[in-house]
Amino acid sequence: MALLSVREETMRFGGLFANQSISFDVEEGELLAVIGPNGAGKTTLFNVISGFFPPTSGSIHFDGEEITGKSSHHVASAGLVRTYQLVQLFKQLTVAENVEIGSHRVTRGGVFSALFRPEWMRQQEKSVTEGARDLLRFVGLEHQADMMADTLPYGRQRLLEVARALAAKPRLLLLDEPAAGLNTQETEALAEVITRIHQAGTTIILIEHDMSLIMKIAQRIVVLDFGKKIAEGTPDEIKAHPDVIAAYLGGTETVDA
Amino acid sequence: MTSHVTTSIEPTGIRWQSILPIVAVLALAAVGFVSSDYIVTVLGFAFIYAIFCTGLNFFMGYTGQASFGQSAFAAIGGYGSAILCTDYGWEPLLALFATMVLSGVAAVLVGYPTLRLRGHYLAMATFALGLIVYEITIEWTALTQGYMGYSGVPPLGVAGFTLDTLKQQLVVLVVISLIGVGIAARLRQSRFGRALASIAGSESAARALGVDIARYKLIAFVIAALYASAAGSLFAHFVGFISPEVYGTTMVIQSFAMLYLGGIGTMWGPMIGAIIVSILPETMRGLKEMQDIAYTAVLILILIFAPRGLAGLSVLFRRTRVRVLEKA
Repeated sequence: MALLSVREETMRFGGLFANQSISFDVEEGELLAVIGPNGAGKTTLFNVISGFFPPTSGSIHFDGEEITGKSSHHVASAGLVRTYQLVQLFKQLTVAENVEIGSHRVTRGGVFSALFRPEWMRQQEKSVTEGARDLLRFVGLEHQADMMADTLPYGRQRLLEVARALAAKPRLLLLDEPAAGLNTQETEALAEVITRIHQAGTTIILIEHDMSLIMKIAQRIVVLDFGKKIAEGTPDEIKAHPDVIAAYLGGTETVDA
Repeated sequence: MTSHVTTSIEPTGIRWQSILPIVAVLALAAVGFVSSDYIVTVLGFAFIYAIFCTGLNFFMGYTGQASFGQSAFAAIGGYGSAILCTDYGWEPLLALFATMVLSGVAAVLVGYPTLRLRGHYLAMATFALGLIVYEITIEWTALTQGYMGYSGVPPLGVAGFTLDTLKQQLVVLVVISLIGVGIAARLRQSRFGRALASIAGSESAARALGVDIARYKLIAFVIAALYASAAGSLFAHFVGFISPEVYGTTMVIQSFAMLYLGGIGTMWGPMIGAIIVSILPETMRGLKEMQDIAYTAVLILILIFAPRGLAGLSVLFRRTRVRVLEKA
């Protein structure tokens, strides 16, 4: 059974169909890319999947359970973790603390355990700290652990956001244009990190504009245009798909676009 | 290797940062102990405000939300303690805890619907809360004796022991406020505290990591109310008299000045701010009519040169230390 299955998902804002009857499946362990021109509805799709707003119609199942319309923190608690197109860091906290917060989903304890510090709580704190350090090493930020997050260069902020999402041990990771605004070198570093996350067994859905990045790392691609799914297939199939070429290089639609 | 040095410095940094303020606070209390009752009273107010602000810091500092109505919970604590102890002869300590429970319940009831609001709207809603409770303390004369206020509130004590002198009470206030800071530090450095900080940082990021925002905001609001209530009760016992003005808008403004001056969101900031804002005007008594001007000028200067508050300065110090060690 698919890890994520989106069925006939439609999202309408007034008269605008941001997503229209979109259906696709993501298998466990897969790296799927969602591409499409600006305004195609990619981020809306992510917002709906991750529970930021309920779809107008259709359903979303994650790990066999229906998550349609559930609030975003419920969806995240279930193991579906996302990042944002515009970096959303906890700016006033250190790099290490940003990643430590990421472990919220996979840790427990509230006010009382914080106050009385039972043994399990101290153990947990230790593993949170160590886990954060390991993740920072994984993305190459170990030397910046004690810096304030907003003092990092932009490319590194991206990596930090990925590390923070990984601290939540996601079963499905949604990356919304992680390479946006990165230079070639930074994009390569990011591609390498994403590949390693994937190889470590995390299922990933990736929204991206950088075609060379997509073609290099995606196993399967879903193409959106004007809110509809116009193609789905392997990178080679997509490259040769006439509708995709039309959407990207200009067909009849570009006249009114 | 450098990273190893950077991370290993962390524990000593924290220890240094927590011992120094405790020593400073105890030294201040010691000065108060050998001073006149007037200075003891000023210091007593400072530590009561420190408790109030340490609580408010949970909501405004760690969680990054605005509350202009925390004085309402101080009023519940203060009037609750005054009424229970004077009219019903309760033990002060018992009344303190009972009114804290009452304030906590009130905070849940008020917070549940209002905390959906954000930014200015939340500020307005909480401001209304403060005003409503203020009006109640004036108008419901059968309960609160209106403008006359409540006098003859017994001093703090437990099981027959009462703290008869102001100096004894000051010692207790110092201890309680230090416990308050200790609790805040423990809560902040935990999964719970990190969840609060994530809300202040970015609500959408917090949500995407599975943080139940509404729930954590409410808990922070309730904790702030518990501290405020305790501060209100302690005020009633310390002064022996309360009136509506004590828990009015001035209290809110005072506490904001303390929070921002001391360093909002930091561990010691609320207490540092409370002490400075309370003592500063007293040190300028000699300036007579220029006192208020000099006082506000100093406040503004501090905020210009330490925009993150006085507690923020220690962070600068710690970071340069780390950098020096990195190079070594």
